[in-house]
Amino acid sequence: MSLGRLIERLAQLVPVLLGVSAIVFLMMALTPGDPVEIMLGDQHVTEEQERALRHDMGLDLPPHERFVKFLANAAQGNFGQSFFHRQPVMDVIASRLPATIELSLVALVLALATAIPLGVLAAVKKDSWLDRAATVTSLFGVSLPGFWFGILLLMLFAVHLQVLPVAGRAGYESEVAPITHLLLIDTLLRGRLDAFLDALSHIILPAVTLGLPMAAILTRVTRTSMLEVLDQDYVTFARAKGLRRRAVLAKHALKNALIPTVTVAAIETGSLLGGNMVVETVFGWPGLGRLVVESIFVRNYPLVQAAVLIYAITYVMLNFLADVLYTVLNPRVRL
Amino acid sequence: MSAVPAAARPARSPVLENLAAFAASKLSLTCAVLVLGCVVLAIAAPLVAPHDPNEADLFRRLQPPAWMEGGEIAYLLGCDALGRDIASRIIYGARISIFIGAAVILVATTIGVLAGLAAGYLRGWVDVAISRLVDILLGFPYLIFAIALIAMTGPGLQNIILALAYKEWVIPCRVVRGETLAARELEYVEAARALGGSSRYIMWREILPNILSPVIVVSTVRMAHVIILEASLSFLGLGVQPPTASWGSMVADGRAFMLDAWWVSTFPGLAILVLVLSINVVSQGLRDAFDPRMRR
Amino acid sequence: MSAPPILSVRGLRTTFATRHGMVTAVDGVDLEVLPGECLGVVGESGCGKSVTFASVMGLVKPPGRIAGGSIRFLDQELTTLDEARFRALRGRDMAMTMQDALTALNPAYTVADQIMEVVLEHDASLDGSARQRRAQARARALEMMDLVGIPSAAKRLDDYPHQFSGGMRQRIMIAIALACRPRLLIADEPTTALDVTIQAQVLDLISTLRTELGMSVVLITHDLAVVAEHCDRVVVMYAGQVVETAPTRALIDAPEHPYTRGLLASIPRLSALDAPLDPIDGRVPDLVDLPPGCRFRERCTVAEARCTSEVPMVPLAGERAVRCVLAEGGR
Repeated sequence: MSLGRLIERLAQLVPVLLGVSAIVFLMMALTPGDPVEIMLGDQHVTEEQERALRHDMGLDLPPHERFVKFLANAAQGNFGQSFFHRQPVMDVIASRLPATIELSLVALVLALATAIPLGVLAAVKKDSWLDRAATVTSLFGVSLPGFWFGILLLMLFAVHLQVLPVAGRAGYESEVAPITHLLLIDTLLRGRLDAFLDALSHIILPAVTLGLPMAAILTRVTRTSMLEVLDQDYVTFARAKGLRRRAVLAKHALKNALIPTVTVAAIETGSLLGGNMVVETVFGWPGLGRLVVESIFVRNYPLVQAAVLIYAITYVMLNFLADVLYTVLNPRVRL
Repeated sequence: MSAVPAAARPARSPVLENLAAFAASKLSLTCAVLVLGCVVLAIAAPLVAPHDPNEADLFRRLQPPAWMEGGEIAYLLGCDALGRDIASRIIYGARISIFIGAAVILVATTIGVLAGLAAGYLRGWVDVAISRLVDILLGFPYLIFAIALIAMTGPGLQNIILALAYKEWVIPCRVVRGETLAARELEYVEAARALGGSSRYIMWREILPNILSPVIVVSTVRMAHVIILEASLSFLGLGVQPPTASWGSMVADGRAFMLDAWWVSTFPGLAILVLVLSINVVSQGLRDAFDPRMRR
Repeated sequence: MSAPPILSVRGLRTTFATRHGMVTAVDGVDLEVLPGECLGVVGESGCGKSVTFASVMGLVKPPGRIAGGSIRFLDQELTTLDEARFRALRGRDMAMTMQDALTALNPAYTVADQIMEVVLEHDASLDGSARQRRAQARARALEMMDLVGIPSAAKRLDDYPHQFSGGMRQRIMIAIALACRPRLLIADEPTTALDVTIQAQVLDLISTLRTELGMSVVLITHDLAVVAEHCDRVVVMYAGQVVETAPTRALIDAPEHPYTRGLLASIPRLSALDAPLDPIDGRVPDLVDLPPGCRFRERCTVAEARCTSEVPMVPLAGERAVRCVLAEGGR
């Protein structure tokens, strides 16, 4: 992909990001009644504090000015004060973000590591028992409610077998000085194998729960595209050239078959963000998803607004990444 | 290698042929019956449910299912922490899941089909406006969008349906737009246009029947998805509010009793799985039956 | 006959299990390819000509399978050959080109890569380290691109297939097929996807290379005009069977089978542009549940009652044969 084309595609993101921000902004307007009153509920505050909060949220401005202020602040990562936490919203979010990123990455790796081999094998051995098993498994994977599956896993591994912890991120969190803020990496970098295993034991169940629907979707996508590719002339031609079966599959078929898989994976990574809310709630994972759910119940609107915007921007960027990956993998599309 | 010549088959109505192909799969048919069963159960809930779903009886607190020690056949799946009959609550919960699923899909499909037809057929600024909006809505992860809306508007039946439908319509819209763009170029549509058919006539009579199959297939998959989303919202406490029984909130209720009353969470979740799985299988069957390319 | 044939197919049957029943796409085909000759195989689409040669190459895809008969190539029986040995033959001794180079070339790899891999797989003359072998294969790729007439080949080695024109892609596919100097080239509809002017160039290229490299060529086509210009002998197929085989000249001058006559009548002729074209009415019969007897009789203008019983291939003078009851002094 040429640089010019890349810049053009980036420029196309601007209206989408603006629109997304506008919707996030408008959501607040949907709140029936006065958001400040609802937020404060029956907390006792001085009129002074209330006015400060009102000003902080820009509620003393006319709507269009408020939107401009919202955009300007958002661009600087300023989402106001979290009344509930008594610190800037952005700081609260930043403190929770690494846990969510780590969980999502592990789920993504698990999903890719199972889905690609399974999808390829299912396609190559079409109609075999393995293919059928993969199809049934992936059907279950997309039909399982994540929160319920998580609870079943907890009941089995944490309550009955007692081999894995029930909740949380790690017992050693405070002991290992952060480098990347991703525990699995930090513990290894610090050479703390015990802490690494502990972190691993905490992350495995939530990551499996979060990654399962994605693995199911990716298995299907890989199988379908692999089947399609295996039917292509260039695969027949590769066989006609007398190439080894493995070369035909691994070189000629797989590279083309993975194009849709990678694209869908990038998009589905965005959906992991949504799944985070549920999975983090089930497993008491101290990430952004749980923070948002908690914030809704204490009516911490600025935080919800900021988090939704961050999720949406991440999602848009992931879709953009999917696009870029697609063109990189596929020399036919010269964007 | 060139394909085997197509055998000349008797020409039948495509809809009939599709339905016949669908019915030929025993699994699809079984699942269709299961889904219908759930619908009947939901509608007839007051007649079939053995107990009042909200009737608490603290003497039956966390009573195990019938086949376990301390269980009773009248309370087949046991009771929850307030001593309410889980089986009855599951039957009533089906109403919420199916009603919200159907309502969201109905609203979203109606909007989506209209918007998609307009965008694909009229092109021009209509297409630009609709496609932009679609792009923007696609910029939100689904659950987060719904959660944010419900967080702002409050959790009521209507708010939940709207929160989901606001984003859901994008999916049928994209499908219909794409199919319409393709159908627009077909000969018979060109012919209808050349003969001076009005836009509206052509859209309704020539294009819509052709894009119906993909819309039906998409609606069924999406319905399964919406049911899971609704359950997730309920689980998080953002769905219909207690004491109304909904599957997601029932699972959430059971979380606290994982250690000593596994049945409280397990059965409602199982209900979600069975319904969603059945809908997905039916959808798969419809897709295979409707798409002749998949028929081998 | 002079030299023994390099390919000899006897009684080949290839079947496909479909939802609508067993389709016998190739039903008792006999044919031979002599060293250095160009054999044309003609018929409408679906007549089994492509499936016949997919069987020869061992490339029939499931649910298709070879159900009977024998295929001998260079004194080896292919129907019972194990996959490893068969694989070693493909691309080295027997090669094929496909109808559409756009779909036959892998879009994800450069053309150099796609020529080199067949050389690296089969060529025993490469030696040295992996890197040296690659360098030699690359040199061969360049040589082949020159041979098939790609302009400024050296510069274009690292281009992707989509960066070439249709005719150039077809040449690249030929370069891949011929990279290991095969004894037999099967060219499946090499010109269908091309413009008329390019068609002639590609066919001429194949003819030239056939003499230069001393190989045999099977030209699968539905176009008798192509056959007339490039082939020594012709096999006409219909509904999975060979219905006529003859030296090209003789076939064109005096077609014996009514189907062959129909094919010839449907070619537009420069000498008689005003004459009405005469397409064959009807369509190829359904290959499931074929009734016995001549498969062409439903569409034949001279069919008789005895056409409903089994019709064998009848050998005729002049090294030809025909599957028609009228051929034997019937007229």
